[in-house]
Order: sequence, then C-alpha cells, then structure tokens
Amino acid sequence: MSKTESLAKNTLSPSLQRKQRQRKESLAAYAFLAPSILIFAVFTFFPAIFSMVAGFFRWNLPYDPVFTGLSNFEFLFVDDIGAAEFGKSVLNTLYFMLGIPINICVSLWIAVMLNRRLPGVGIFRTAFFLPTLTSMAAISVVWMWLYHPADYGLFNTLLIRFGLPIQSWLRDPVLAMPCLIVLGVWRGMGYNIVIFLAGLQSIPHDLYEASEIDGANWWGQFRLITLPLLSPTTFYILIIGVINSLKAFAEIDIMTQGGPLGATTTLAYYLYQYAFQYFQIGLASAVAIVLFVFILVLTLIQFKVVEKRVHYG
Amino acid sequence: MDNISVTKVKPHSFFKSKKFKSAVGKGSWYLVLTISAIVVVLPFIWMASTSLKGPGEVFAYPPKWLPQEWRFQNYVDAFQAAPFARYFYNSTIVALCVTVGQLVSCSLAAFAFARMEFKGKGFLFSLFLSTTMISTQVTLVPSYLIIQKLHWIDTYQGLIVPFIANAFGIFMLRQAFMTIPLELEEASKLDGCSRLRFLWQICIPLIKPTLAAQALFAFMGNWNAYLWPLIITNREEMRTLQIGLRYFVSQEGGTQWGVYMAAAMIVILPVVAIYFTVQKSFVEGIATTGLKG
Repeated sequence: MSKTESLAKNTLSPSLQRKQRQRKESLAAYAFLAPSILIFAVFTFFPAIFSMVAGFFRWNLPYDPVFTGLSNFEFLFVDDIGAAEFGKSVLNTLYFMLGIPINICVSLWIAVMLNRRLPGVGIFRTAFFLPTLTSMAAISVVWMWLYHPADYGLFNTLLIRFGLPIQSWLRDPVLAMPCLIVLGVWRGMGYNIVIFLAGLQSIPHDLYEASEIDGANWWGQFRLITLPLLSPTTFYILIIGVINSLKAFAEIDIMTQGGPLGATTTLAYYLYQYAFQYFQIGLASAVAIVLFVFILVLTLIQFKVVEKRVHYG
Repeated sequence: MDNISVTKVKPHSFFKSKKFKSAVGKGSWYLVLTISAIVVVLPFIWMASTSLKGPGEVFAYPPKWLPQEWRFQNYVDAFQAAPFARYFYNSTIVALCVTVGQLVSCSLAAFAFARMEFKGKGFLFSLFLSTTMISTQVTLVPSYLIIQKLHWIDTYQGLIVPFIANAFGIFMLRQAFMTIPLELEEASKLDGCSRLRFLWQICIPLIKPTLAAQALFAFMGNWNAYLWPLIITNREEMRTLQIGLRYFVSQEGGTQWGVYMAAAMIVILPVVAIYFTVQKSFVEGIATTGLKG
C-alpha cells in the first residue's frame, strides 16, 4: 500500500463510517414509518389515483370496466338529464354552505360573550359544546323528531303557539335544505366557539386598554381590534367549514335521503347514490374527480381572496 | 358588552356609577347566555323527555316537557327490538382498536419525523400532510373495492385498518416530540439505550398529555363514524351503533318515537360520559391543535 493510498483510507474511513451510520438511521426511520406509509399507500394514495383513472371508464358493476374517455363528464356537464341532475347537486352543495357564514357569526358572537372571567362560564361552554360532541346519526334522529310534520312536532308546536300554519319541514322541498342548515349551525357551533375562544385569548389585553383611553366604545373595539386580529382564526374556521360541508353525509342519509325531489342531494350524497345504489363506479369516480377539483379551486380562491384581508399579527 | 371596566369616569350618580354599569352588564350577560344555552340544550332535553314517554304521551298535543308517567320500558324495548348490545360491543371494539393502533403507528412515525434524519424526510412529511386534503369521497369507492378484494367486508379489520394511519395525529405527536431536549437523547445514547427503548421509556411518558388528547380524538371520531361503517357492513351483527340506529329508525317506519329517542340516548351517552370525565384536556386539545374528533 502506498503512502497516499493509506492516507486516503485514513481520511475516508470516518466519513464512510458516518455514511454507514446515516444509512442505518434511514433504515430505522423507514421501519418506524412503515405502518403509516403502508396504510396511506393502500387506503389513500392508491384509491385517489384509482379514482382519477376510473372516472374515464364506464364501469357498471357487476360488468367489467370499458374505457369511454370523457363520456362520464359529458353526462355530468352536457347531457340534458345528467347535467340537470348534477348541476342541481352542485347548487345544493353551495346552498348548504350558506350555513358556514351563519355559523361563523353566531359562534363568534357567543365566543366574545364567553371570553370573560365570570363564574359559570364553564357551564355555558359545556352546554354549547355538547352538540358537537354527539354523533351526527343520533342527532339526526333527534332532529327528525323535532321537525316532525304533525302538530306534536316541537317546531310545529312553536308555530301553532305563534298562530302560524304548521309545516312539513323535511318533507317540504323548499324547507328541507334550510332545516339541514339550521341543524348544521347548531351542531358545528361548539367547535367553532372553542377555536374562536383560543383566538380571542391570544389578543393582547393592553390593546383594549389603550383604545379605552382613546375613547373607543365596544363596537369600535370589536371592529378595529377583535375582528382584524382574529382573522387568521376566522380564515381557518372557514376552510374547515367548507371541507366539512362537502363531507356532510349522515344527516342527509338519515333525515332526507337526498329528497324531497332531490332538494338535499349534495355532491357527497350524489356520489354515494351513484356508487352504492346504482353501482356506477365510473360515473361515481368522475364525480369524485369533480369534487377533488372543486375543493382545490375553493381552497385556492379562499387563499387568494381572504389572504389579502387576513391580518397575521 | 363591556370587556373592560371604566376607570376614568367619575361617578356622578349611582346610575352612572361603575358598580351599577358592571352589574347591569353582568346581568344582561348572564341573561343572554342563559337563553342561548337553553336553546342549544333544548333538543337534548326533548330527546331525554321523549325517551321516557309512552306511545300515548308521545303523540299528545300540546306536548309536555316532562312525561307524566316515566316509562323506562322504552330502553328495554330498544334493546329487544334491535341488537343494540351487539352494536355497542362492535362500536367499542372498533373504536378502541383504532385508538390503540393510531397511537402506536402515529408515535412511531412522529418520532421518526421529529428525532431522526433520513433521506426524503421533507418530501414524505408533506406527502403525509397532503392526505388531509384528499377528502373521503375521493377515496371512498376504490377503498371499498380494496376491502372487497381483501374479503374484509363485514369484518373488524375492514372497520379498523384504514384508520390506523392518521396525518393529524402524526403532526400533533411530532410537535410534542420536538419539545423533548436533545441532551436527553444524547445521555440515553451514551447509556446504550436503543432508539425504540428511548421512545418507549423516555419520550412516551413525557408526551402523555398529547397522547391522551390524540387518543380521545381517535376514539370519539371513530365512535361517531358513519359513512365507512355504512358501506363496509351488510350483516346486522357487524353494524356499529350509528349504523344500527339508522336501520332501526328507517325499518320501523317512523312511529315509535319514544323508543327511537331511547336508542339515540344509548348512542349518545357513552361519549357524553367520557367527555365529562376528561372535559378539560379535550377542549384544550382542540384549542391548541384545531383537531376535530
């Protein structure tokens, strides 16, 4: 062995050693990650890619899939019957999202009220949080009872007390969606209140004191301090709200099954019907693709529009 | 609602005084909050009350808030009309297994992201986080077909395995692991402690509060799960509580409201009971992580 060679070996070996150690650590890390990687691969990434492909096939179980290009999308967007049905479900989904701003206003109002150190606050917080906690299936059954179309339904009792005609609520194509929205606001409020409270508590108190000295009233403080400093929280709640309303399923399945006359068929329910009632896997996958793009576009719009107005303190 | 008491105003009369103003403020505060809280809780009270009414009283007009005759038979009827005990057992098994599985897989993955160096770490982490953007509907049909291919329809595996990996959980636990000081790891290495032992014996006890919150989210989220158990179960004895309730109400044709409300109570009570025992960490968990159960 020449002198230079042995020198090279001497200088190389520590770095080689380090490389070996790094490789060992990488291996260990991947072993730690293996369960998660496996499950994500099988039940998230593969299905997502699968949906993207299946959307271009006609695949009505139990028959084999046939490649049909864009024909599923043609059915959804161009076909007289298909486009009308699909368009309605898109509109219904957007209508259902009307609950989000209502929910934000109500929960912000309650959160501001709860943001005080007075005895009994904890009890109120628990009360408002209760609906969020309980399962949508059970809650839907309870609200079906509240919305019962007979005179002994609780909401109808209320109408009668005020001398108004009774309604058939969930069985009325015009009222069914508002009924679901009210239920959604009632159930989602608790979660939003907790998040808003966390946001409110992070606003420095001396800002309010300083503005007090400057003669600001309650409304001024709310408009000029609370709202701007809370905007990241509101933004977050907005995104979660959109994602949740796109996912909404249990209440529709239990209370209305998408009816009456398709008045409560949202995109999620439409997809479920095509996949698990009509067994048209290809068409359901095409809807899934549209839903995916829908979420993507909505998120981008939210970021673009809202970010300008969101104040990150 | 005044958030801050007025300090600079000199009290001219009692009605303009600080004391009076704050008393009125507090009074109206309590009044408004009490009314809103009652409105929010009312459906629960109505559910509980109906669950104790006999058929005659359920359909009586005008309805009464309290049943004249407390009929606990409704609960017995619910358990007899449908296998709610079996549903209860299924829900418990599934929710517990998902919780334990998620804690194990998430701690392992989170530990790797927080305390180890490896190739592709950044990429893999963002890939994991991206799963939160892929909504359930997009993966629903293929996941169902996979479960079918595995012959996992109507099995506990089918209900449990897809939920063992959870990106939110990994993210949350990773944050917790990152707070553990580096010196601790070096010291344990010098003592010849293996990585797995360091994770199990030193790190896990240190992040217990985060783990508890994560366990709670996993349990409640899975207990309340609806869409997946609906499509994955066909046989009655594999249904979870939520799905059992759905079929119970739809099959009976919608007349036995007293029994339905009793069934709804059975579904709701366990989660409410758990919530009241661990309330504080739950709400704090949501407030700090924004996670939804």
